[in-house]
Amino acid sequence: MNPAFSVIFLTTLLGAGQGLFLALFVIEVRVATGLLPAPSTGFYPLGSAIAVVLLATGLLASFFHLGHPERAWRSAAMWRTSWLSREVIVLPAFMAAVAAYGWAHWQGWPGTLLIGVIGAAVCLLLFLCTAMIYACIKFLQEWATPLTLINFVLLGCASGVMLAAALAALRGEPNAFVVGLWAVLLTVAGMVSRIASLWRNARLKPRSNLQTAIGIKHPRIVQKAQGFMGGSFNTREFFHGRTPGTLRAVKWLFIAGAFVIPAALASAGLQAGAPALLVAACAVQFCGLVAERWFFFAQANHPQNLYYQAVS
Amino acid sequence: MTQLALVIDLNVCVGCHACVTSCKEWNTSGEAGFMSDDNPYDRDPTGTFFNRVQTFEVGEFPNTQTVHFPKSCLHCEDPPCVPVCPTGASYKRPEDGIVLVDYDKCIGCKYCSWACPYGVRELDEHQKVMKKCTLCVDRIYDAKLPESERKPACVLACPTSARLYGDIHDEESIVSKAIRESAGYALMPEWGTQPANHYLPRRKTEMRIHEDELERADNPLKIDGRLPKPGAKDPSLDDVTSW
Amino acid sequence: MNARLQAAPDQVETRNTTCYMCACRCGIRVHLKKGEVRYIEGNPEHPLNQGVICAKGASGIMKQYSPARLTQPLRRKAGAERGAGEFEPISWDEAFGLMEERLRKIRATDPKKFALFTGRDQMQALTGLFARQFGTPNYAAHGGFCSVNMAAGMIYTIGGSFWEFGGPDLDRAKLFVMIGTAEDHHSNPLKIAISKFKRRGGRFISINPVRTGYSAIADEWIPIRPGTDGALLLALTHEIINTGLYDRGFLARYSDSGHLINQDPASAQYGMPVRAGVPPKGDNPDHHHDQLWWDRHSGRAVPNHAPDADPALFGDYRLDDGTPVKPVFQLLMERVGEYTPEWAEAITGIPARRIRGLAHEMGITARDQKIELPIAWTDSWGKEHNTVTGNPVAFHAMRGLAAHSNGFHTIRTLAILMSLLGTIDRPGGFRHKAPFPRAIPPVAKPPKGPEAVQPDTPLASLALGWPAGPDDLSVDAEGGPVRIDKAFSWEYPLAVHGMMHNVITNAWRGDPYRIDTLLIFMANMAWNSTMNTVEVRKMLNDRDEQGEYKIPFLIVCDAFQSEMTAFADLVLPDTTYLERHDVMSMLDRPISEFDGPVDSVRIPVVPPKGECKPFQEVLIELASRLKFPAFVTADGARKFRDYPDFIVNYQTEPGSGIGFLAGWRGRGGEKAMVGEPNPRQWEMYEKNNCVFHHVLPRSYQYMRNWNQGYHEWAQRTRVRRYTDPIVIQIYSEVLQKFRMAAQGRGESPRRPPAHLRERIATYCDPLPFYYAPLEVQATDTVRYPLAAVTQRPMAMYHSWDSQNAWLRQIHAHNYLFINVKTASALGVADDDWVWVESPHGRVRCMCRSSEAVEPGTVWTWNAIGKAQGAWHLSPDANESQRGFLLNHMISEELQTAGGARFSNSDPVTGQAGWYDVRVRVSKAGADEPAETSPQFAPVPAAPGTSKVRKLWQAFVAGKGDYK
Repeated sequence: MNPAFSVIFLTTLLGAGQGLFLALFVIEVRVATGLLPAPSTGFYPLGSAIAVVLLATGLLASFFHLGHPERAWRSAAMWRTSWLSREVIVLPAFMAAVAAYGWAHWQGWPGTLLIGVIGAAVCLLLFLCTAMIYACIKFLQEWATPLTLINFVLLGCASGVMLAAALAALRGEPNAFVVGLWAVLLTVAGMVSRIASLWRNARLKPRSNLQTAIGIKHPRIVQKAQGFMGGSFNTREFFHGRTPGTLRAVKWLFIAGAFVIPAALASAGLQAGAPALLVAACAVQFCGLVAERWFFFAQANHPQNLYYQAVS
Repeated sequence: MTQLALVIDLNVCVGCHACVTSCKEWNTSGEAGFMSDDNPYDRDPTGTFFNRVQTFEVGEFPNTQTVHFPKSCLHCEDPPCVPVCPTGASYKRPEDGIVLVDYDKCIGCKYCSWACPYGVRELDEHQKVMKKCTLCVDRIYDAKLPESERKPACVLACPTSARLYGDIHDEESIVSKAIRESAGYALMPEWGTQPANHYLPRRKTEMRIHEDELERADNPLKIDGRLPKPGAKDPSLDDVTSW
Repeated sequence: MNARLQAAPDQVETRNTTCYMCACRCGIRVHLKKGEVRYIEGNPEHPLNQGVICAKGASGIMKQYSPARLTQPLRRKAGAERGAGEFEPISWDEAFGLMEERLRKIRATDPKKFALFTGRDQMQALTGLFARQFGTPNYAAHGGFCSVNMAAGMIYTIGGSFWEFGGPDLDRAKLFVMIGTAEDHHSNPLKIAISKFKRRGGRFISINPVRTGYSAIADEWIPIRPGTDGALLLALTHEIINTGLYDRGFLARYSDSGHLINQDPASAQYGMPVRAGVPPKGDNPDHHHDQLWWDRHSGRAVPNHAPDADPALFGDYRLDDGTPVKPVFQLLMERVGEYTPEWAEAITGIPARRIRGLAHEMGITARDQKIELPIAWTDSWGKEHNTVTGNPVAFHAMRGLAAHSNGFHTIRTLAILMSLLGTIDRPGGFRHKAPFPRAIPPVAKPPKGPEAVQPDTPLASLALGWPAGPDDLSVDAEGGPVRIDKAFSWEYPLAVHGMMHNVITNAWRGDPYRIDTLLIFMANMAWNSTMNTVEVRKMLNDRDEQGEYKIPFLIVCDAFQSEMTAFADLVLPDTTYLERHDVMSMLDRPISEFDGPVDSVRIPVVPPKGECKPFQEVLIELASRLKFPAFVTADGARKFRDYPDFIVNYQTEPGSGIGFLAGWRGRGGEKAMVGEPNPRQWEMYEKNNCVFHHVLPRSYQYMRNWNQGYHEWAQRTRVRRYTDPIVIQIYSEVLQKFRMAAQGRGESPRRPPAHLRERIATYCDPLPFYYAPLEVQATDTVRYPLAAVTQRPMAMYHSWDSQNAWLRQIHAHNYLFINVKTASALGVADDDWVWVESPHGRVRCMCRSSEAVEPGTVWTWNAIGKAQGAWHLSPDANESQRGFLLNHMISEELQTAGGARFSNSDPVTGQAGWYDVRVRVSKAGADEPAETSPQFAPVPAAPGTSKVRKLWQAFVAGKGDYK
């Protein structure tokens, strides 16, 4: 696939926003159960606000993906069958929940935990919707795996929790260390699951090949002409046009940028008590995840590409 | 239930692209239009087409087959592009099985194209909606056209009649017969999409010559005395045996 | 798509006319919406295409509305160089004034200084008439560089040829052998036929260096080295004769197989048929049919077709006067004796076993799968037949055989092979299309000498014709050529379609003479229609010592801004086919079917764009202004208002009843073929799908070379003057006459100049023989090991469509295709830039490996490459930056070791040897620019072409954007 930055930013920003919210909610639960000290009063509202901004920015980015953004409202219609439609419903619901959660904290209303429970449920639903948009396309074999969902959850949480940790550290919150620890653990878990998916995808045997694509059983089939020479939607949308070398480079870049470096920076930051390192970890990780998401799309080899191999 | 479809006979397709341009010509000014062209007179011209003819080489010289392969929407019986559409713009008509896009509902998210393994949907770069073969739905029901012309433009155009059109659920239709009798097959059966469009494979007519077919009593060389015949005086068994 | 889907499309107007995006001329229905072309579809009621249409035909809209359309007459700006494309618009009045003055002067002084050459050979009835009335012999269409070998080789043998002249009867054939046919030949009718043939289970074999297009769906592909088809066909003939697989009965009665040839070297008639000297009753004064047979039964010579006689086909006999004679078939057998399959294998690359097998397949199918149709008919010798027999082996061949300098003899061999199999004008074999078959050779003859060209006088004959011997050549007393292209000279005696490919070079060099005005219609002689493009472009722009252009005045008529228009002094904007009247005339090459004559018309369906004027109208106007006798009344008044009026009222002779159109003649349209002019003829054509189809009675549909009933019908309808049989000429008496002249004998007093004697004696062989193409003989094939050929892709078939926004998406640029193993041996990979080099020039291009090409051949799509700026394409368009022509490497002339220059053509017919070039391929340097070479300075858009450069467009008819 040819990675579209609108979708890359949509999914990464959404993930970070979701992770951040989940971090806030879990902190609150832990605080309520006495396992953690309470953070300062502004922490939840600020965190929620940042989460809403991330979600809104992600949503905004998604509009750039549409040919007719003015008709975006229509996309809620097919929730019975379409994960995309479901996402379109769940995302505003989640944004509302996060906003309500932050607002309730800001206003000091009771019942924040209840809102949080609802928010967390919607958040998980959103993870499910977002991931299933990709995982449900069975012939995109790189995506059609539970690992897609696990990765979306873990990478979203890692980046969101990292953000929470950085925020906590910057504000000198008492929980900064614990949250930072969570972030490092999630980052490591994300790395494990993402590497697992890389490992899996490297061993995929494409179920479609030229033989099934044109229905001729012969070991040697070569396309000579795809039927047009100046490109088409099919060549622009489904081919990233980069070399395998670039792809490999991006892979190592995101393994380093999304996992290794932020984990190291965060660990160092926690040990040294240096919030700046956590902020840096956060920034590096987000960039790393953008690269990861680019790779996620680029690596997906669409079977339609079998039909678009050569001009002459 | 009706399922309209094309059956494409690779045994006679010569790759002339008549289906490609007749489709564009009908549809750009039709209900499925327009079909824009970018850089029409510049570098790398590119435009929206519903149908493309591709060329494959199969085998190695001199045992090469050159296969021309027209491809358009296959109107799957279980079309993966339909359920993923968030707006319902992409739909399959229950009455005839044609998969269509409602341009007024389409938001141009391209998700349906991702969900199509065959690469037959094209986003028009200027109308910004997803487009595809409609089986010329604005022709095939037009009562003002003579019955024989209520067919997709590509089918009418095809000089080798390599494109058959009909209802594959009707056992007696020309397409069902073709699929049955000429080993019609579907593309990428591994995904269970059940494409309604089918392809007919290459068939080879061979001639076997028996050696004795070259030896005939009426060989004209005999008339002109060109077939060697032993002379009456030449040696024979008669000269050396007596039973 | 939305809820409106099933609503009826808006009302549109539909009009029938005839396509002309190629030479097939299919019937089309044009749908118009508010005056704009909405849809062009095949007319289902048209006999030729039966409702189908090709990629080009279906893209006619983009041709009609192309921004490259010329819309006003243009004059080269004073001081601007030719080729720079700098023009100023002028009015038609000025343009006509200019032409009238110039042409009147030429006509009054030396008419041959006006040359008219057209890219369209299906408008020759009018263009030929114009040239004849002007009085210039310097006229031809593009046949000389297209497929004249196909026309001449077959017409001089069986009286008919492929494409417009005749074709394979695939309705009834069982075996179809296609050889040397690119995918751009006889497009839709052949596609329809092949498809039906295959569906019926017929066996289809394609012999071609490349497997694309039609060959792709062949049951078997037999790759062959270019230019060696003659060797294959001779070996097949060898095998068929040696195994007795020929149709003896057919050959004996319908060919010259039994004719006795004088074998006495001392005789003046050595090599000529011996004759009874008593012409049979009703004989044709031009073609005596009194050759002798050796009657097998009586053992003596008898007049051919004597009652109860059966000719010996083999043997060596003596006439009563002692003259040694041999039957033609014996001579043929002797000729092909050395042409064994093993011999052919070494030349063609086809295994001998396969050649034998192919011969057996042909022969056994022809012999054992005979068709007997219950059709009674009478042959030319009065014998009544109850049935028509068919030997169901059909062939089709075209430029792959023709465009070689050995093509004439190759194609003669093909015609002979088809005759041996007994397939001429019989069911399942080859069938003629009216007005074919013609006499061998046809009656029309070219002007015989310089005296035929007189000021202010029409030629006594057509400019083009069919020489029957040296007497019919267009040569002067010294044997020098009369025509600018040297057609019908001793150099190219049977150049029956002229030699357009040498006109510019000859005129530039002044050899045989300088001309004044060259009028080119619809031919891209500065680009893909010329050999040696780089040099020819220089010639067009070259001046003599006085500073005058060597070709002083150049008029180009075209509908689009091509590479050629840039060189014109005067550009005439032609209409498209949708904007004009036209006729596919019986006087020309109509669209006849096997079952009878068909002609058709084109009627305008949209008004001309801008000031575009159909070329026909230009000719009628000029002819009227110049007061050509056929175009003015006795008192000098204009006879025809315009082209439609001309078509209705013109008759070949006053009162002849023969006109351009055969249908709806007679005052009320009640007559066919012959009849008085009908003022409502156009209307009647229009009402009848623009086509007139006269189905012959079944008994006249077959065996027409020898079918008395048909001949009488043809004579009644003036299709033929005589009713004599058209006997297949395995042994070409015409060629023998030329050979005899070269040997200093024969009845004609004409003798070739000394330096051409050997050439004539060698190539005017009355029996076919094989020689490597002249260019190959002259090339170091170790240095240049690969044959380079081109073909047109179906979607760009037979004309130039890079101005077509839809078609150019399919073929925007081209690659050189190389066999995978050859490419790997050369170390070149897909998309590599390579140099392709011949002894004459070199081209840089991109390559593509392929398993579908013979290892010794490279090929590319022709005419995809364009010069920068032409056809209204941007200077960086694919066509000029990544597209290329092979033409730059193909010379229009070859030099002999002695320094003599000849056209790079067949020595008999002057057919351009496009496919003879040999090349080598090497990888281009890494530092070289990624663009094709050579490149030419970009040409600006001509005034009147579109000024708007659209970044994108979306055609929707009826919005008024394209009106």
